[in-house]
Amino acid sequence: MKAIVTVVGQDREGIIAPICARLAEYKVNVLDISQTILQGYFTMIMVVDISACTPDFAQLVNTLEEDGRARDLTIHVQREDIFNAMHRI
Amino acid sequence: MLSHEEILQTVQMIDHQHLDIRTITMGISLLSCADADPKACCQKIYDKICRKAENLVSTGEAIEREFGIPIVNKRVSVTPISLVAAGCETEDYVPFAVALDRAAKTVGVNFLGGYSALVQKGMTESDRKLIRAIPEALAVTDRVCSSVNVGSTKAGINMDAVRLMGDTIKATAARTADNNGFGCAKLVVFCNAVEDNPFMAGAFHGVGEAETVINVGVSGPGVVHHALKSVKGQPFDVVAETIKKTAFQITRMGQLVAMEASRRLDTPFGIVDLSLAPTPAIGDSVARILEEMGLDVCGTHGTTAALAMLNDAVKKGGVMASSSVGGLSGAFIPVSEDEGMIAAAESGVLTLEKLEAMTCVCSVGLDMIAIPGDTSAETIAAIIADEAAIGMVNCKTTAVRLIPAPGLDVGDTVEMGGLLGSAPVMPVHKASSADFIHRGGRIPAPMHSLKN
Repeated sequence: MKAIVTVVGQDREGIIAPICARLAEYKVNVLDISQTILQGYFTMIMVVDISACTPDFAQLVNTLEEDGRARDLTIHVQREDIFNAMHRI
Repeated sequence: MLSHEEILQTVQMIDHQHLDIRTITMGISLLSCADADPKACCQKIYDKICRKAENLVSTGEAIEREFGIPIVNKRVSVTPISLVAAGCETEDYVPFAVALDRAAKTVGVNFLGGYSALVQKGMTESDRKLIRAIPEALAVTDRVCSSVNVGSTKAGINMDAVRLMGDTIKATAARTADNNGFGCAKLVVFCNAVEDNPFMAGAFHGVGEAETVINVGVSGPGVVHHALKSVKGQPFDVVAETIKKTAFQITRMGQLVAMEASRRLDTPFGIVDLSLAPTPAIGDSVARILEEMGLDVCGTHGTTAALAMLNDAVKKGGVMASSSVGGLSGAFIPVSEDEGMIAAAESGVLTLEKLEAMTCVCSVGLDMIAIPGDTSAETIAAIIADEAAIGMVNCKTTAVRLIPAPGLDVGDTVEMGGLLGSAPVMPVHKASSADFIHRGGRIPAPMHSLKN
């Protein structure tokens, strides 16, 4: 099962590393990662595999969102299905 | 592979354009709860709702977390209580509302619909008892919603019931006078009511439905509004196409959530209701979509045409996105629940007459409109009759949810709070309709009801 992590915020050093560390802690594998600067904002999209996510996905969502708030970043973690439903027939 | 633009578009819709699932509503049949003893019947009702909807709220919240899409309301609709209670040996139907309210609180849903009667052709004794109990029932409960169907294309309009509902709305306002007549916000009078509507206050679980069912109502006026900003000045063909594409995306998401909820709750999926349901929040308004099409203020000339196109395009876009479409499906125009409608009504451009015209081309009726507290019961009944006639002749659902705010007059505002918003008191005609309403009887069904 896959999920999409999106991260948006002011560009600065050290944004990616703690997020990847957190994902590793929850046994989530990063499948794809890409980033860009859109209108001055750092924007990162990661495709991750949550099949082995431990203890559970809902906790990961909460933790990453809190991490984001603590560092002025907007972080979303969502099951991939919602994007496929909206954009693929 | 999804592109960045697609992913960010979805995230933007949720974060900045108020995209959400407006409601997951579990329909529950209460026909099995019938009992001659009213106390036993109430207990059966309470037990069955608590058993069937036990995991509704927690499942909704789990889906919300995993998919990152807000699910604003989790609700329950039940079999019309006038049917469930018909076999009870009692004159007092208020305890049934109390049992429903208790069950709603136990399972944690914010509204429960189905304190209802279907009287389009005639009234049973049970229907009469239920309607008589409505003012008290809505005053002593917090979460129970009531609806009465007074007409249909097949049956015509039951004018005795229309008159009775004029009185009932007045009595409900009086009984909740300390709260600006708030009880009336939980009471809808329908023509052509649908059996699978997930939206309150008019939801009930029809007798043609299964034991339990999951119906989902999507929303997204903000998303449509945002999409239209990118086609400024372009012809209506382009506007219609843009709305269709957006409605498709919104509905696909609704379908996904509906299937997921149905699977997790082990409850059959019923329908997705393709509706644009506004909230009082800035950027979540249907009126602002109409204004985006080029109208200075919602309610001015051109509004009906704009709404007709919006309503049609929403359905065309949504219908392919869902395996089963139902409910009311269309744009909602509740005045108090739409920031743009409130502003338009306050400016005097949006009037009751224009709203009535708009209800000919959208999914509901005169919804969440405050009128002067001294409006007579006959005038309210006449407004209901007009609206029912529009529904009956046009083979569509129409509804009336009016709040004759006690002690308030034109220029005042009724504050209801939360999703229900606030409503400026709108003027009604002073000329009497009393003799018209006092005739009673039935307005026959129109010629085109004879389709067989």
